[in-house]
Amino acid sequence: MADGINETDKISVLNPVGFPPKITPKPMAPRLESLDGKTLYLVDPRFDDSGLFLRQVQDWFADHMPSVTIKLVEMSSVYTKDDPKTWEMIKANGDGAIIGVGH
Amino acid sequence: MHAIALDSKYGVPTVAIHTNAFEKAVQSVTRMHGMPEARYTFVPQPVMGKTVEQLRAYVEGKSPISGRPVMQEVIEGLTRPAEGDRIKEIKFERSTPRLVDSDTDENLQRLFLENNWTDKLPIVLPTERKVREMLAHTSRKPDEVAGHMRSNQFRQYWEFTVEKVAVNAVMAGARPEYFPLILALASSGVSARGSTTSSMAAMVVVNGPIRNEIGMNSGTGAMAPYNHANATIGRAYGLLSQNLQGGSLPGDSYMGSQGNGYAYGTVTFAENEERSPWAPFHVQHGFKPADSTLSIFTGCRSTAFTLGVREKYWREHVRNMLRGMDAHSAPTFLLDPIAARQYIDRGGFDTKEKMIEWVYENALMPAGEYWDYQLIQNYIYPRATFGEEPYASKLKAAPDEMIKMFKLDEIHVVVVGGETNGYWRIMGCNYQKTVSVDEWR
Repeated sequence: MADGINETDKISVLNPVGFPPKITPKPMAPRLESLDGKTLYLVDPRFDDSGLFLRQVQDWFADHMPSVTIKLVEMSSVYTKDDPKTWEMIKANGDGAIIGVGH
Repeated sequence: MHAIALDSKYGVPTVAIHTNAFEKAVQSVTRMHGMPEARYTFVPQPVMGKTVEQLRAYVEGKSPISGRPVMQEVIEGLTRPAEGDRIKEIKFERSTPRLVDSDTDENLQRLFLENNWTDKLPIVLPTERKVREMLAHTSRKPDEVAGHMRSNQFRQYWEFTVEKVAVNAVMAGARPEYFPLILALASSGVSARGSTTSSMAAMVVVNGPIRNEIGMNSGTGAMAPYNHANATIGRAYGLLSQNLQGGSLPGDSYMGSQGNGYAYGTVTFAENEERSPWAPFHVQHGFKPADSTLSIFTGCRSTAFTLGVREKYWREHVRNMLRGMDAHSAPTFLLDPIAARQYIDRGGFDTKEKMIEWVYENALMPAGEYWDYQLIQNYIYPRATFGEEPYASKLKAAPDEMIKMFKLDEIHVVVVGGETNGYWRIMGCNYQKTVSVDEWR
C-alpha cells in the first residue's frame, strides 16, 4: 500500500535522480605520424608506486625504440591537484605524453 | 583526467595507463568530460607493492581488457587518429524526467532497486503527496537550485533542486520536519558517497536548537540505530548523495574496494551540549549557541575505542591509540560526557582547545615509519617534496626522529553519549565544514 492505494493499483512517484551537466565535446590533439626522434614525457602522478612502473616503461623504450627520447617527470604535488606548470613544460618541450598509473 | 586536460587543453597527444579495476570508471569519466575517444590502456591491478620484474612483465604483457599488447596500445594511442566511433555515445543534452512511469508499489520498489537508486534496503516511494508534505517544511521554492554535487574531483558536478532533495528525503523515511537539515546537507556540496578506493563514509554532527526540536538523540545509543531522526537524516544524506551526484555504482562511479558499514546511516548524531563540559562544536567554528548547524566529516574509516581515562597511564593509552590510527586520517575524539569530564580531571583540559593541543603534541611517530605509509606516500610526500609546510620540515627529520602525525587544525573533539559508562572513541576522519540549518527552514 502507498497513499492508501491497493497493491494492484498503479501509482505515480517522482524520479530521485539529479540533473547531469551538459557535456561539451573536447578536441583531441593531432596524433604524431611517428615516434621516431620524438620526445615523450612519462608523467608520474605519484600514486601507489606509479613511478616504479613508469621506469619500466622508460626501460622498454630504451630497449625497443631507442630513437625516442624519454623524460620521466613527477607531478608537482598530489595527483588530485591540477598541474598547469608541468603541462606547460611538456607542451613546450615534448611531442607526446604517457600518464600512468591512473589519473 | 589529467590526460584529458593535457590532450585537449594543451594539445599534447597523451595516453593514460590505468589498472583494469578502473575500466568502467575510466570510460565513464572520459565520456562525461566530453572525450570518449581519449586514449588509454590497462595493466593488471595492483601496481602497488609489485617487484621491478613483475612491473616489467606488465609493460611487456597484454592489456587484461583488450588482450592486446600494452605498449602497442600506448604507441597507437600516440600515433593513430581517433576513429570517431565513441563520440556517438555522448548525449549532449540530457534531462531527468520529473516522474517515473506509473506502476504498482511492488514494481516500483523493484525499479528503484534495479536502477541503483536505493541503498539496497526498501524505501518509501516518493509520491506527489509525500514530496509535497516534505516541501511544506521549507520556505524555499521546489524548483530552486539547492546545490551541486559530485563523487570526487575527477567527476563533473550534477545539479539538483529543492524538490529533488525532498524526493530523496521521502525515500529515506524522513519526517517533513527534518527537511531543513536534509536540505542543508545537500546544499553543502559534500558527498556522503564519495568515490575513493579507501571506502570512506561521512559523519554528521548536529548542534543547536534543531536537535531538540526534531527529537534527535545525543545520549544513549546516539550513534545508531536508536533514533528516528538520526537514522533517517543520515540515510537521506546517503541516498541524496548517490542520486543527485550521478550515481554511486561499484566499478563505475564508486571504487571503494571493501565498502563501509558506516555509510548505511552516515554516522549522524547530535552533540550532547547539555551534558558537555565544553563549548559546543558549532560555537568553536564561529556560530552562536542559538544557531542550528550541522558539521560534516568525511573519510570515516578507522576507529579506536577504550573505556575511561586512567589516572596512571592515560597519556600512554591515548598515545597508543593515536599511533594505531591511520596516519593520514586525523583524529576526531568522540567522548561520552563521563570521559570528557575525566579528561578535565586527568589533563586539566578545561577547554576542547587545550585537549586538542595536547593531542597535537603527543601524536608522534618515527619519521621513517611515518613516511613509509602508503597513504602518506600518495597524499603527503608529494606535497612535502615541493616545499609545502609543515610537511617539508617533517621530511628533513632523521628516520628515528619523532615527528607529529597530524596538523593542529585537523584534530577535533565532540561530546556524545548517555553516560551509561565512560566510553570514548577516536574516529579517523576529515572535517569539511559547518553549515547553517536555519537558512533552509
